[in-house]
Amino acid sequence: MKVKEFAEKLELKRLTGESGLDKEITGVYACDLLSWVMSHAVKGNIWITVITNINIVAVAVLTEVSCIIVPEGLKVENVTIKKAQQQGIAILSSSMDTYGICCRAYTLLGK
Amino acid sequence: MSGKVIKLHFTIDAHDFSLAGEASSSTKKMLNQLGISPLIIKKAAIAMYEAEINAFIHANGGEADVEIGVDRIVITVRDEGPGIADLDLAMQEGYSTAPDKVRELGFGAGMGLPNMKRYSDRLEIKTEVGRGTTVTMTVYVREG
Repeated sequence: MKVKEFAEKLELKRLTGESGLDKEITGVYACDLLSWVMSHAVKGNIWITVITNINIVAVAVLTEVSCIIVPEGLKVENVTIKKAQQQGIAILSSSMDTYGICCRAYTLLGK
Repeated sequence: MSGKVIKLHFTIDAHDFSLAGEASSSTKKMLNQLGISPLIIKKAAIAMYEAEINAFIHANGGEADVEIGVDRIVITVRDEGPGIADLDLAMQEGYSTAPDKVRELGFGAGMGLPNMKRYSDRLEIKTEVGRGTTVTMTVYVREG
């Protein structure tokens, strides 16, 4: 499934517009420690995090996650959004919490 | 190192937070363009990112040099920061001296040096308290 379809199904807000919506999703990874994400996230994963500063974009680029989802309607800094757009990364926002997003992802993507 | 070597140089500017990770992101792009295998690129990019972030967090920035040869990638990150007082302790996963302000941003997991060790094939650290730290990481380029 592509990021675009996933975003539509979960009614996620596209904070970065059309940026990065064509990427293929391979699974989900949820974590807020950037170094941990760097070493454990897998290419194509959806990355769920409450961290919203600009460094998440570098981590997303380096790990090649398919997109970033911020849970619980968190606001994301403008500089982060701009950087993500430059790098072709999608940042999506959900009103659900991380567990809720994971549960929905499970029904859509399976294990 | 034999054959043609590509050299990259970066300044790690600790004043501009938006540039943290920029050197490793640029290096990754270059490695991609050179057609190096994704696994090797991941190793080099993670190792370099951690070193870059460490210089950023602990040492008020520094310099990074990358040499990409046919058989290896050598990444050197040097700073003139406080140095590492107890290197054995710093190498332990979970040990961190990062301030709370930095932890709130998602750093300070105590995995910087362990990740550098894990993702490079050779890690050399020269550090002196009050003088600075130089980290040299080698990642071998193998086909497949």
